[in-house]
Order: sequence, then structure tokens, then C-alpha cells
Amino acid sequence: MSDVAHDALDFAPPAEVEEMELYHPKTWIGKYVWSQDAKVIAIQYGITAILIGLVALVLSVIMRLQLGFPHTFDFIDPANYLQFVTMHGMIMVIYLLTALFLGGFGNYLIPLMVGARDMVFPYVNMISYWVYLLAVLVLVASIFVPGGSTGAGWTLYPPQAISPGTPGIDGGIILMLVSLVLFIIGFTMGGLNYIVTVLQARTRGMSLMRLPLTVWGIFMATVLALLAFPALFVSAIMMLLDRLVGTSFFMPAMVSLGEQTSYDGGSPLLFQHLFWFFGHPEVYIVALPAFGIVSDLLSTHARKAIFGYRMMVWAIVAIGALSFVVWAHHMYVSGMNPYFGFFFATTTLIIAVPTALKVYNWVLTLWRGNIRLNVPMLFAIGFIFTFINGGLTGLFLGNVTIDLPLSDTYFVVAHFHMVMAVSPILVVFGAIYHWYPKITGRMLNDTLGKIHFWITFLGTYAIYFPMHYLGFEGLPRRYFSYGDTEFMSASSQDLNAAITIAAIIVAFAQIFFLVNLFTSYFRGKLAGPNPWEATTLEWQTADTPPKHGNFGDELPVVYRWAYDYSVPNADLDYIPQNVSPSDLKKPTAGQQGEIEN
Amino acid sequence: MTYTLIFLAILMAAVVWWLVKQSINVKPWVADSAADAVRTDGVHGLGSYVPLPNIKLGLGVFLAVVTSLFALFVSAYTIRMEYADWRPLLEPNLLWVNTGILVLGSVFLQWAWNAAKRQDRAAIKRGIIGGGICTVAFIIGQLAAWNQLSAAGHFIQSNPANGFFYLITATHALHILGGLFALGKTISRLWQPSSESPEILLGVELCAVYWHYLLAIWLILFALMLNT
Repeated sequence: MSDVAHDALDFAPPAEVEEMELYHPKTWIGKYVWSQDAKVIAIQYGITAILIGLVALVLSVIMRLQLGFPHTFDFIDPANYLQFVTMHGMIMVIYLLTALFLGGFGNYLIPLMVGARDMVFPYVNMISYWVYLLAVLVLVASIFVPGGSTGAGWTLYPPQAISPGTPGIDGGIILMLVSLVLFIIGFTMGGLNYIVTVLQARTRGMSLMRLPLTVWGIFMATVLALLAFPALFVSAIMMLLDRLVGTSFFMPAMVSLGEQTSYDGGSPLLFQHLFWFFGHPEVYIVALPAFGIVSDLLSTHARKAIFGYRMMVWAIVAIGALSFVVWAHHMYVSGMNPYFGFFFATTTLIIAVPTALKVYNWVLTLWRGNIRLNVPMLFAIGFIFTFINGGLTGLFLGNVTIDLPLSDTYFVVAHFHMVMAVSPILVVFGAIYHWYPKITGRMLNDTLGKIHFWITFLGTYAIYFPMHYLGFEGLPRRYFSYGDTEFMSASSQDLNAAITIAAIIVAFAQIFFLVNLFTSYFRGKLAGPNPWEATTLEWQTADTPPKHGNFGDELPVVYRWAYDYSVPNADLDYIPQNVSPSDLKKPTAGQQGEIEN
Repeated sequence: MTYTLIFLAILMAAVVWWLVKQSINVKPWVADSAADAVRTDGVHGLGSYVPLPNIKLGLGVFLAVVTSLFALFVSAYTIRMEYADWRPLLEPNLLWVNTGILVLGSVFLQWAWNAAKRQDRAAIKRGIIGGGICTVAFIIGQLAAWNQLSAAGHFIQSNPANGFFYLITATHALHILGGLFALGKTISRLWQPSSESPEILLGVELCAVYWHYLLAIWLILFALMLNT
């Protein structure tokens, strides 16, 4: 190919992406509080989510104290315990993980990675955060109303959620449901932004198949969330009506405390269907962004193109689509038709196929890569281990016959914590260590990061591995204390105590992380624009941290995918997405063929 | 959940089809000039292709969310119907009148949209005001229907069908009220002489599409409630 032809191909047409009119705030409050800049909104989302997540972390430690050392702590009574369980689960799943992945990383990374100045509807984006904050405040308020927060478990199953005897049926459950409704409204506003920005605001050359997998993961998770959250919305509203005005959507005719209630003929099963129709996609709403982010971390730090990019995209889409037809595997013990259970067991096993594809591709990305074992990479590799462990137990629980005896035991607790709590949170940590230099301009401390990683990674195994055995013994979950129960071996209490000690150590290890976040902001090593030598657009910005508008005067033009690492014959072992073929050193004729292949 | 699943299956099929179009025969690993990459993209294509306004796609995505919401209501309704204590709903005849008013509102907005295409501002104003009045009348009519029901002793907690009726009509009305907010913005823009026609055309078009959509949803919900 001659130089002339090359230049002709390099012709860049006039900008097709319209320059966006940015809102320019004049006051400090406009810049950092009522901000319409996606990056500031992302940080607001991130800080709020992490703060409320710390509350949930403390709750889990209190639960573990009770389980490990029953009858030792006076301030935990059975009602409190149930409230802690409920709030811990609800906060971690929805207010921390969903908000952090989509509101936090989504807001920060989507505009930067697709080469946009900002989200397409910045004002709506701002409102989204404030509604989310309101939802969090309502949730926190529910702890302080008379009767305290709800203790119905994060699944909020009726009739028990709104029947006397369950903690928090006065104000707690009402505020919980209101908070969920607010969260969904806020999320929908943000979600519209993420979708439309990915589809409409990509810069020139950024075809869909050149998007980093992080954007794909967040995009598909948003699609799932927009379609699945309405199910939670509907069930929350209907339960609110059952509780407040006495309708009988979910509440059956029943005798409560010796008296016939006014409810008649509602269906608790209907709630379970609606809840899990949201609840199962929710697992993937949390998992898909983690899948996407971890793909980019692995590729960047292994200095190798992600293995099977298109397969990865298709797997994300396939998992997203399939996640809507597996919900009833959470309900095997609800007395369903066996054929129904057979159907859902089958779909559940089918969804393991694209998921396993992704795992193979991650491992193959590492294969013979030039692995840089820095902190983000440690977390990314830790994720692969943990996700495989949690995923494999999922195959057991997906089968009806194995699920029935294990249902509602600690085996389930171990499974879902491995697969959708520890795995995504490892990615959250990896992602924070990875992008903190871009967000603040300073590196996080490496030693503190490694201490944080090893204690967290090994510690979570010390917590959740033994729980599988407790589950096999038949230890039921959500119990305040076990007392002398025949089927329980004497050593199970010792195991519980050991788990508690591990949990306390892991919880305290997070202090290393928080201290690191805080001190590095002031004293961390200056990062420079591209400390990881990465290819994606957020590392090619004019300023670090990027200013309002992201890219200086001109939007970047994209010439290649996000995974040009270790390209043969290139000068550096990475080629950023905005480097045109003619800007690269021109190879000799003999090497030309190799590069084009 | 059948209805919801049918909706989702259609939506997912559309997503997959779109993705196949985007990804088949594309070699993402080949570095290329911007010209080529833009051409394979489809959204920011070259030539006479007019890009879709963000707000239009935003409305489309929002309508998908709304559809999901109402599909779930319909699913819950039909599942609940199977139970023994289900009593059919008493439908006030007023609902027929309200339906007619809502159809009329949609017609008015379609008229305004057509006028906006010919840039006939006076006709847009007539159409959009007519649509607004019909919509307000519809909401008042729905409130009156609620009054008739509760006067006849059918309260929200009386039986499940009533519960669903109040809940679904309220949700639908809230969506219409949200639409009225957007309609108000378009109206205020119409009366500003400085505002440009493309801007007005887009506003009127979005309102008309939203109204047609909510009309369609109402017709489905009404048919469901009539037949049970």
C-alpha cells in the first residue's frame, strides 16, 4: 500500500458529532453542588454510595458478632438482628452496588470513554443524583422512626413484611418502600442519560464495536435496570397500598395475633414473581458493569488485547436477555409446578454458557500476557477466582433437586455473597485503584493498596468458604441464634466464631483503603495523564483531572479499538484509540502484512 | 408474566437484530481511518443522513420503560384474576366518554403536528390548545369516574379489581400529567415570537407521539378491564 492511498484513507470528514452546548456554572455551588457535569455527579454518587455502604458494613459486623458470640452483646436483640440483616442486604445491593456502578462509574466513564463532552441531558442527570440522595435519606430516616427500620429481609416478602410481629411495620416498611420508589425514579432519569449518550454522543470513529467493554457492560446493565426496576416499582406501590389503605393485592385472608385481619384473598406468590422478575436481573445489573470493567483492567494490565472482543459483547447481550427468564429459580420452594421448575432450571443452566465464555476469555487474555501485577490487576485477578467459586455453587443451586435441601441455608448465603457481593466489590476496588489517578490526578499508595487487597481477598474466603459447610449441615439463614439443635454439630459454633473474627479483620482492613483514598488525595504521587499506559479515551484528555467538557477544544477522533496493546512493530506497547495509522511510525513493506493481520 | 415476557421478547429481539447489524462483518481489531469507522457506524453516518435528535431517542427509551411498567401491571392483573375471590369490575359508563375525549386530544395533537410540518403557527396553536383542553377534561373525567365508583361503595380496598382499577388509572393519569408539563413548555415556546420552527416542530412531534402512545396504552388497559 502506498503512502498516497494511506493518506486518502486517513481523510477525516467534517465533524458529524454536533458540538454540545455546555452549561457553564458561575458559582462554587453551581460547580460542585448543583452540578450538571457528569464527572462531579459521578463523584457525588460515589461518595454517597460508599458512605451508606459503610453503614451496611458496620451492620454486617454487628450481625456477625451476634452469630459468632451469641448472648454476649446486650444491644442486639432478635428484632434488631432482623433489622440489621434487612438493611445490610438492601443497602449493599441497591444503594451501594447499583448506584456506584451505574451512577458512579457510569457517569464518570461513559462520556469520557465514548468521547463526549458530557451526558446528553445534563440537567436530568443532576436531578437523578438528588433524587437518589433523597432516597438514601429516606432509607436512613427509616432507622429512626418509632419501631425502627423494617426487618422483613431484603426480599420484603408479604404477608410477613407488613404483619404484626415483624420489626418496623409502623414506619419502617413504609419509608423503605417509599425510598425504593424514589430510587427507581432517580435511576430512570440517570438511565435514560446513559443509554442515549452511548447511542448518540459517541465521537467520530467510535463505532459500537470499538467501545471499551466497560461501556458495553454499563450500557447493557442500564437496559436491564430500566426494564426490570418497574417490577420493583409496581410491587412497592402495591405493597404500600396494602399497608396504608388496606387493599389486598398481596395480603391473603389470615388470622394475626388471634384476630381475623381485614385482608382477603391477596396473593403473596404474586409478589414473589414480581420481586424476582426484578431481583434476578438485578444480579446482572450489578454483574455486567463488573464484567465490563474487569475486562478492561485485565487487558490494560496484561498488556494484551482482550481475547474474543466480539464474543464478549455478545455474551453481555445474551446474559442480559436470558436474565429475564430465570427469575423463578429463586422460588423453587414456593410449591411450583415441577415442569415450571424444570424450565427455570434449564434456563438457569443455559445462562452459565455465556458467563463461562467470559471467564475463559479473561483467563485467555492473561495467557502469555505481559502481566503487571499492580493493585488494580490484583483485584481483577482476585475477581476471576471469586467469581468462578461463586458461579460454580450457582450451578448446584440452579438445580431444583439440590436447591430444595439447601434452600434458606448458609450455602445460599455463601453462594450469593461470593458471586454478587465479593466479586463485584473486588471490581469496585480494582476500578477505584485504576481510575483514581484520572479522577484526582494522584496515584493511590501501592503498599496500602496491596495490604488492602490481600486482607480483603483472603479474608473473604475465610468468611464465605466455611459457610458452605454450615449450609451442608442445614444451618438456616436469618436466625438470631441457634441454641442446642440436634442436626448442628458442636463445632459449627466454633466455625461461626472463626467466621466472625475473619469478618471483623476484613471490615477493619477497609480502613487502609479509606485512609489511602483520603491521604493520597493530598499527598499521593502525581499521576500524569496516563499512568497505566492505557489506550482508552479517558486517558488521552488534555487535563488530568479532566475539566468540564472533558476534551479541551476539539473532540478526539477514534481510529482503532480500545485493545491495541503490544501491537507487533509498534514503538510503544500500546496505541491509544485516537492515534491514526499515519501517525504511527510507518513500517517497512515486509512488516506491513503482519500489522494488518 | 406472559404479557411482560412477550413485550420483553420483542424488545430483546429488536436489540439483537440491531446488534447483529452493527457487529456482523466488523473487524474491531483493524485500525482504520475515521471515514470508514464512521460509515460502518450507522448512527453518525455520512451523506444526507440526518442524525436523530437526542430527545427523540430519549422519549423512545422512556416509552420502553413505561411499556414495561404497564405490561407488569397487566401481568399482575391477569395473575390476580385467576384467584377465586375475583369479582368483575363495575365500569362506569363515563369511562367511554373519557376514552372519546382522550382520542379527541390525540387527534388535536396530530393536527398540530401536521400544522407544524407546514409551519402554520396559528393552526399549531389551535391544535395544541385543543389537545391540552381535552387532556385536562380527560383527567377531570377520570376523577369523576372515581367519584361514581366510590359513591356506589366501591372503594380501593373493597375488592382486588377495584384496587387495580384505581391503581392503574392513577398511574396512567400521572403519566398524562407529566405529558401536560411538556405540553405546557411547548405552548410557552409557541407564544415566544423568537423561537424557531424546528424547535417547535420537535416539541409538537414529541408531544403528539407521547399522547398517541398513552392513548394506545389506555385502550389496552380499558379493553382489559372491560373484558374481566
